[in-house]
Amino acid sequence: MTRLTGGLIDRNAPLNFTFNGKAYKGFQGDTLASALLANGVQLMGRSFKYHRPRGVFAAGSEEPNAMVELRTGARQEPNTRATVTELFDGLIARSQNHVGPLERDFMAVNDLLSPFFAAGFYYKTFMWPKVFWEKLYEPMIRKAAGLGSLSMLPDPDDYDKGFLHCDLLVVGGGAAGLAAALTAGRAGAEVVLADEDFALGGRLTMESDLLNEAAATDWIASVKAELESLPNVRIMTRTTVFGVYDHGIYGAVERVSDHLAVPGDKVRQTLWRITAKRAVLAAGATERHMPFADNDRPGVMLAGAMRAYANRWAASPVKRDSDAIAIFTNGDDGHRTAMDLIAKGAKVMGVIDAREAAPRFGDYDVYAGATVTGTKGRLGLTSIEITRNGRSQWHNVGALGVAGGWNPNVHLASHHRGRPVWDDNLLAFVPGPNGPQGLIPAGAAAGKGGTAEALTDGMTAAITALSEIGVTASEIALPQAENMPSEQVAFWHVPGKKRAWVDFQNDVTVKDIALAHKENMTPVEHLKRWTTLGMATDQGKTSNISALAVMAELTGKSIPETGTTIFRPPYTGVSLGVLGGGDTGPLFRPRRLTPTHGWAEAQGAEFVEVGPWMRAQYFPRAGETTWRETVDREVLAVRSGVGLCDVTTLGKVDVQGADAGEFLNRMYSNMMGTLKVGMVRYGLMLREDGHAYDDGTCARMAEDHYVVTTTTANAGLVYRQMEFAHQCLWPELDVQLISTTDAWAQIAVAGPKSRELLSRIVDEFDLSNEAFPFMACSELTICNGLRARLFRISFSGELAYEIAVPARYGHALMQRLMEQGADLGATPYGTEALAVLRIEKGHAAGAELNGQTTAQMLGLGKMVSAKKDSIGAVMSRREGMAADKRRLVGLKSIEPQKQAMAGSHLFTEGAVQDMSTDQGWLTSSCYSPHLNGYIALGFLENGDTRMGEIIVAANPVEGQTVKLEVVSAHFVDPEGGRLRA
Amino acid sequence: MKFSGFKVVKEALTGHKGWTQLWRNPEPKSAYDIVIVGGGGHGLATAYYLAKVYGELSIAVLEKGWIGSGNAGRNTTIIRSNYLLPGNQPFYEFSMKLWENLEQDTNFNSMVSQRSIINLIHSDGQRDAYRRRGNAMMLSDAGARLLSRDDIKRMVPFLNFDNARFPIKGGLMQTRAGTARHDGVVWGYARGADQRGVDIIQNCEVTGFKIENGKVLGVETSRGFIGAKKVGVSVAGSSGRVMEQAGMRLPIESHVLQAFVSEGLKPTIPGVITFGAGHFYVSQSDKGGLVFGGDIDGYNSYAQRGNLPVVEDVLEGGMALMPMIGRARLLRAWGGLVDMSMDGSPIIDKTGIEGLYFNGAWNYGGFKATPAAGYTFAHLLATDTPHETATAFRFDRFSRGYVIDEKGVGAQPNLH
Amino acid sequence: MLIPHPLLGLRDSQEFTYLGDASLMQRPDASAQNAEAEFCDYVFLRDNPAGEHRELWFHEQGDRSWLVVTRDTTTHEILGAELASDVKGAVK
Repeated sequence: MTRLTGGLIDRNAPLNFTFNGKAYKGFQGDTLASALLANGVQLMGRSFKYHRPRGVFAAGSEEPNAMVELRTGARQEPNTRATVTELFDGLIARSQNHVGPLERDFMAVNDLLSPFFAAGFYYKTFMWPKVFWEKLYEPMIRKAAGLGSLSMLPDPDDYDKGFLHCDLLVVGGGAAGLAAALTAGRAGAEVVLADEDFALGGRLTMESDLLNEAAATDWIASVKAELESLPNVRIMTRTTVFGVYDHGIYGAVERVSDHLAVPGDKVRQTLWRITAKRAVLAAGATERHMPFADNDRPGVMLAGAMRAYANRWAASPVKRDSDAIAIFTNGDDGHRTAMDLIAKGAKVMGVIDAREAAPRFGDYDVYAGATVTGTKGRLGLTSIEITRNGRSQWHNVGALGVAGGWNPNVHLASHHRGRPVWDDNLLAFVPGPNGPQGLIPAGAAAGKGGTAEALTDGMTAAITALSEIGVTASEIALPQAENMPSEQVAFWHVPGKKRAWVDFQNDVTVKDIALAHKENMTPVEHLKRWTTLGMATDQGKTSNISALAVMAELTGKSIPETGTTIFRPPYTGVSLGVLGGGDTGPLFRPRRLTPTHGWAEAQGAEFVEVGPWMRAQYFPRAGETTWRETVDREVLAVRSGVGLCDVTTLGKVDVQGADAGEFLNRMYSNMMGTLKVGMVRYGLMLREDGHAYDDGTCARMAEDHYVVTTTTANAGLVYRQMEFAHQCLWPELDVQLISTTDAWAQIAVAGPKSRELLSRIVDEFDLSNEAFPFMACSELTICNGLRARLFRISFSGELAYEIAVPARYGHALMQRLMEQGADLGATPYGTEALAVLRIEKGHAAGAELNGQTTAQMLGLGKMVSAKKDSIGAVMSRREGMAADKRRLVGLKSIEPQKQAMAGSHLFTEGAVQDMSTDQGWLTSSCYSPHLNGYIALGFLENGDTRMGEIIVAANPVEGQTVKLEVVSAHFVDPEGGRLRA
Repeated sequence: MKFSGFKVVKEALTGHKGWTQLWRNPEPKSAYDIVIVGGGGHGLATAYYLAKVYGELSIAVLEKGWIGSGNAGRNTTIIRSNYLLPGNQPFYEFSMKLWENLEQDTNFNSMVSQRSIINLIHSDGQRDAYRRRGNAMMLSDAGARLLSRDDIKRMVPFLNFDNARFPIKGGLMQTRAGTARHDGVVWGYARGADQRGVDIIQNCEVTGFKIENGKVLGVETSRGFIGAKKVGVSVAGSSGRVMEQAGMRLPIESHVLQAFVSEGLKPTIPGVITFGAGHFYVSQSDKGGLVFGGDIDGYNSYAQRGNLPVVEDVLEGGMALMPMIGRARLLRAWGGLVDMSMDGSPIIDKTGIEGLYFNGAWNYGGFKATPAAGYTFAHLLATDTPHETATAFRFDRFSRGYVIDEKGVGAQPNLH
Repeated sequence: MLIPHPLLGLRDSQEFTYLGDASLMQRPDASAQNAEAEFCDYVFLRDNPAGEHRELWFHEQGDRSWLVVTRDTTTHEILGAELASDVKGAVK
């Protein structure tokens, strides 16, 4: 155990956990990383490429090394950073990316072969023999690559989405963030304070700084209490603001129950969309390292992280208390770590300071003007080589802290592609002037990392932000604090012949950067892509700037001349589950149910997804063994008796106004203004590019009132198009539109006995052919006073009606029709029979109106009136449209029991079959119980002149060829006598 | 220098001293026979084939930033030739055949990986449409398989077969489809072009065209005037901005397409899978990241970044289709600037200005077209006639009524 | 994105459906001599500016207004929004 004294852990709340199967103990308040360190565990993982041993490197979300597979079973969570994993009782973690035990990773052979795996080597080899790529090389690479693994089981947890609106979003709850939130909170502004940590305080919880001459935690607690008491402030810990989107919208993930063994009745995580009038970016800073030879051993970590583990978690970085700790720094900050470690009773060997004029703040050795030039220790650091003025000496140490300076966390400030700018004094990039509108960086994120200056800056940022939205905020009394010494020099890496790691996870070394430079991969983005630097799960948080400095040295340019890198969302990895929210499985999209859905369910109907709708597909009866048997029965019932089908899903638009007729003239290719009141007309709509768009019926209920129908698929689109025409093209027309698809239940009553059936439910309404002929429509009442609309239209080719009633009566109407029609053999039919009936009749549907076809192809060319303008009319006359001679035809299998599948391509008999000889395709195909054989519809080159010809339907993808006879698409009653009966 | 396993071994044993520049950084000359505007995959491939196949000797590629900085480095790396319409399918199949020999041709491992694509089917209508498409693929020698639900279950058992809103009913598969390493494609062509004398000039932005008497004489650039007998523009999402300098309006809108990659994972997804009832497609890179995307954001944009609703929409699709990815994490997202056209199909054509040629309107499908777009654009530039597989990609197809509308949604770019 | 609806204030862009360039409101005269050429330009060609863009958004999940929104396509900043029917009326 290497547990130190103090810290923000609850020693009264011990927690048990396992790592690689071995049991350990930690405390409430620990992270997995701090608990492992406190148990003397340094080795936590393996690197990506060379499988080098890796230990924890940082104390926050920037961690590149200590990645584990957390939990088991379906909750297994790969690539989880131990540094931000809150310890809970029963936690189970395993190291990843090794074959065999972590200590003896078989794949570590890669490290011996590393000379062969230099930057970009993949691109130069594995090309011979060609077939070996997919068969051998790639599978090998894929197996070796990747980090952790998924369980491959469905994620069992729930996720949620939430929306928040506020005046001020404060990102980060450290010194600057707390000052900003308190300033804004007291001013009465709506404030959201979000921090990725589970505790507020940020870096204050990890430092030994005093506030008001007391522990910083006292001040944090008092601020927290005050903020919690303010109704206008919402504190969100465990919440990472991961992205800045347009117009002040921020994406954030709250880890609601990741700190629990199982979520219980809670969601695992919530995705928040926070709309903020202004935001303060108080995200702090990330420490950087300085590459030197063999700097990647477990035990080498950021000095600031070491300090954090000691102060907050009372965890020492060494395996044994007797092991000494060294610090390698280029500035004052490293000395702070030495001081804090000594204060905690750890054994500090000394501080190696690259500066000749190195200070000394306490009782420890200082190696001024010295560097670390080597390390030893296979699975954990045992010694380091210190070199000064060319003289080297080895020292035994169990851990080494590296302090290379701090990089402001500019990430969110560059999410709108504004570039950070270089600050020569800070030796770091700070947020540039072109950040997202309304986002004000403050504190360490703005380069003001001293405690006192961060507090002031946070307060000022809040005052400025609020003043921009007209809220006056006053200065608050900030605690007494000081800025610790922070002098440093521009020292970026220790030159040398051995490998010096820049990106630990992806194994990118200084040598790789030099090689990239030699090969002219010098633009920063080429460097990253060629070497994979900065492409690891830490997104280069600990490596990008060091790499830039090395490249700058190689090119002889300054760092800002060499390049900057900007960041894109997400700030840290966000689970795919939470981004998908709860809208998964059956909830992926809403299900729209027809008014008769419950009734159909009770009849044992099979349902099918039709866009957003669930529709009855067919109604099997006892004894029927195949769906075809059922569908054939339903079809024949319509052709010989009467069938009932819910057609509510067809779109309905109510069009009213003095100019309704003129408006519809412009919407439909054919004339609608001349339609007589009480009559219905089939209508064809084109898109403005001249292609066929949608078809439906147009019923004139009154002089200034039409009811039009659309296809199910296009209901929303046609309505949108009509509103566009109304508001954007012809607002001068006196017309009003409303979609009534959901308001009316509509049932098709089809078949020779449909009139008889309807006569039993209408209230004194003359249904005779003379009074209510084919294509008539009327409002009426049924069933003793129920308001209804009746249309004598037919999709099946039989005598048929569609009757509409207010939607809530749809179910009852269906029941009534079934009761009243019992003796007539009234038969419910579903979408399958509907399709067979319309194919037999040659009516176009979705497969024919697929957006690629024209009125002419559909045989409806004459419907495009030349007497008037309408949407698409002009464009439908272009040369290429007129030259298209494919026409909709009927096709009958020569061998009636052999089906030609829809999607087959049509060829002249005996012709070579390829794309150049292609004559068209089959759009729809079915068995016709009426004709006792398979029939189809299709578009055929010059189809209208080829009646009687035998052609070939080729379906090579299913190895099938069927011979067909070209016939009229009207397989049933081509004269239309039945319709008019 | 020839790249090979032997060379890698030799360099490893001798301290990597023998590697040289992958391409030069030449100063622009005062004039070239052919100037290609745009150093993306298409522009570099064009230069490569102009030099290699058509024997052109004086070629420059002008890139405003670093090569491959546009969509070539911002895509989901899918290659496929599974189109329906006769104007498209032969072209994409030509491209696929070039992909299949790319590495041997350029001597650069672009990691072309034919791990297959499956387009999932969720309705009978969709199956009919995919059967038609599969047959078009068979008839153009591209190969296709129509899969049953059981086939899919065998191949990718981790999909949601049990409680999906839109059940999986089958799929259309092209086994020859797959992915390629996008940067590797750019670099392979760049190195190949450079070796054949092409000047690749980075940080050189074209700011105008010099046009006299309807003939192009060269381009104004941030590095001075560069004369050219012929200028080929291949700038994807910047097409509108660049061609405006030549006074042209295009049947193109620029939109943002977001794409995503997860943290690295051990092998999870074998090939490319597209969800037919939501907006989601996914593959897994050799490095282990799940690479996925969905719909374009849907509004005109040059901002190279998108918004949260589409991120959510894509992951709703992802989680609905394969709920086992829930515990993986999104690592990076990016926005590409795509040149969406009025029929969703590309343009490779001359313009009304003599000597000025255009390759663009690739919508979100430009990556898979890279070899063939380069080849056929080179053919056009060198011979002034369209390549036989690209005859339909003309400007005048819109005015004449010969659109190539695979989706059948008409002249609304954000629906393609 | 947030769209400043002239009647309803700031609304989330997810409530809207995007169509495209507001020039789609200027439908050519079908009876003109060169109507086909005019329609080809109208239907197929776009200015596609990098910068200020006047564009049509439909408040489909809201009050069903068509809006003309002025937005910078390089920054997504919104500079204004009007009811399309008002704009059309002003042109008339």
